[in-house]
Parts: sequence; C-alpha cells; structure tokens
Amino acid sequence: MANNTAQLQEKPHPMEDILRMDRMPHIWCSGCGLGSAVTSFVEGLKKAGVSYDKTAIVSGIGCTGRVAGYLRLDSYHTTHGRAIPFATGLKLANRDLTVVVFSGDGDLFAIGGNHLIHAARRNVDINVICVNNFIYGMTGGQNAPTTPLGAYSSTAPFGNYEMPFNLVGLAAASGASYVARWTTMHARRLTDSIATAAKKKGFCFIEIVSPCPTVFARKNKGGTGLDMLKEFQTRAIIDHDADPTKIPLNMDNEIVCGEFVNEDRPTFWENVQSGIKSRVEKFTDWEEMQSNSKKIHHKTFLKYTASRES
Amino acid sequence: MRFWEKPFGKEKPKTICGEIHIIDDRCKGCSFCIEYCPRDVLELSEDFNKKGYHPPVIAKPDMCTFCGLCEMICPDFAIFVTEKEE
Repeated sequence: MANNTAQLQEKPHPMEDILRMDRMPHIWCSGCGLGSAVTSFVEGLKKAGVSYDKTAIVSGIGCTGRVAGYLRLDSYHTTHGRAIPFATGLKLANRDLTVVVFSGDGDLFAIGGNHLIHAARRNVDINVICVNNFIYGMTGGQNAPTTPLGAYSSTAPFGNYEMPFNLVGLAAASGASYVARWTTMHARRLTDSIATAAKKKGFCFIEIVSPCPTVFARKNKGGTGLDMLKEFQTRAIIDHDADPTKIPLNMDNEIVCGEFVNEDRPTFWENVQSGIKSRVEKFTDWEEMQSNSKKIHHKTFLKYTASRES
Repeated sequence: MRFWEKPFGKEKPKTICGEIHIIDDRCKGCSFCIEYCPRDVLELSEDFNKKGYHPPVIAKPDMCTFCGLCEMICPDFAIFVTEKEE
C-alpha cells in the first residue's frame, strides 16, 4: 500500500499556486480547524471569481494571524488588533481591491474590539473573517472575550466568571451588512458564505467556530480535534432567520449557524462621495472631476502594479 | 406488456469516480478525512510518516465518488481528489 500511495503523489496539490509552499507544513496543531478555514476561504474566492491580483488579505496577531503569511496573495501581517484600521486604509486608497481581514477572536474582539464596531458602524467595504476558538491559543490558553461561562483556561483555573461576547450579535448590532456564523465542519456552506461576502458591498462579518484541541479542549476535557468537531456536529443547527443577538455560544447549548443579516446599506465611500459632491458641485463640474481622477488612478496603477503572471 | 425502455438488464449509468492523492509527510494525523468521508474510503494507516503521525490509506479505492469533502476538510493540505479518467 505504501508503494501505491507513493505513486499517486506525483501531482501537486491544487492549492499550491496560492499557498506559500516554502512555509509548509504550517505550525497549526494536529486537529486545528484553521487549515480547513483557509481551504474554504480560497475555494470561496475561486467561486466568487475574484482575481488573486486584486485581493489583499490582512491579519493581526495570533494563530489565525499566520494565515496572511501562508497565502500567496497581497498579504499583510499587522500589529495586534490593528488589522481593521489597516484594511480600512487599504480599501479607501485602492478601491478596486477586495480586502479581507482574516483574524482571530482575541485579535478582533479583545484588543481590536473598538476598531471592529466602528468599521461596522461606518460600513467600510471590507470582509472580516473571524476564527473563534474560544481562547488565546498561541500564548498558552488565557481567558479570551469569547471564553464561555464556566470554561477553564490558564487564567481561570476555577472556571470563567465573565460573560462572553456574542460575536455575530455584536457585529449585527453595530450595523454590518452581512453577518454569518459557521463551524469549520460546515465546509461547503462556509465556502458559499465567503463567496457571497467577497461579492457583496459593505462590511461583511463571518464567524467561524473552530476547534482548538491543544489548549481549549485540553483544559475542558474536550478530547481531540475530531471529538470537538463531532461535538460541533451534534450541537450545530442551521437557522437563517435567527435573531443574531439572541444566540450566544455557551459550553453545551446549540450552535446556531446561518446567514443572519444580508442587507444593503450605503458604504463609507459612497457616503463620502455624496458628501463631497454636494459641497463641490457649486464650484466645479463633478463628472469632469471624477473622470480626471480616474485617469490619474489608472496611470499609477499601470506603473506600480506587476501582474501575477509577469 | 410493452416498455419504452428496457427496465432490467440495462447498463447502469456511469458514476463519477475519484482518485485520492495523499501527501503522507504533510499529514498530521487528525483523521478528519477518515471520519467525514461519506463512503468510508479511507482508514488509518499502521505505518508512520516522517513526523511520526499515522496518515490515512485508501482502503476502498473504487468507492470514491469525487465529492471532495476530504480535500475541503483537511487542515494540512495533505489530501486531494482528482477525477479518474477512463
């Protein structure tokens, strides 16, 4: 059998064109859901038909922050919690790009919590993918803002007494245009969700519930990654009409998955444009100004951007 | 009794078959693919790979229907499926 598998290895993996193969194998633990999340993300981009040249991925710090380093896109590894401000600037400076923030719950909701709610409030045209593993994995299992009530962690040896954040509820309440929650087990639905978000205008938030076998499961008797995934399978229900503010994640309740919010609101850039237009129209011709700015933008784009093929 | 089509003895419609490729040394032995394969094509190997994990082996190669779930769910990019050409 060993010889048989050796023969079948000749073909390269279909994702090798978008992964940085010099960094493989990745540092994520056995049974971690982050690799599945990356696969779903790449498949989702493929499905949405977004050009890889026009996609930028921004990550913060943490286990999930390594995603930007493993993908052969325009990737940025920013300081802790500041992935969303960076992505906002990137999107406003170059509006042709599809900007995706791929980060963890500690990065986006603990240290960068304010940035997230304000980006959602402004409805900046970025996609935020938050991988929620309920704990700070890389630093050794400290209490995160998403650790469920009663769960054990390094800094909560008698169980956690703090109420956790409900991530989808917070994003929906802050005014995100698209809010969804899936687990890493729902690989195909997650792919569809990411494809929808990539094509959608406005602030899109996707929460991916991921197993953390090394830290979270070890402290909470959760078993291996496979056991956690099976537990997700028994606990997960799909309800697209659920109210996102009323479905918190606890240790043993059901994980309500689905696309909870999908609506169109004017984005930040559209609001800026309409605001400037009303002020400038008195003095100059708006259409002419727009065409001039587009010409300049086009020239700089040709000069500084190298294509993927070249 | 006349039938428009011959109900019995007719050739079965062709099913799509997949060919599984496993990159042994990249596998970390989480066994997601073994558990979530809908047709139980894979099973855990008795051999070790370079890192000391047990990679999956193909137990029933004819059962694979090219659904690609193992490829989607593998966290280590170590397994992929191609359509079998005949």
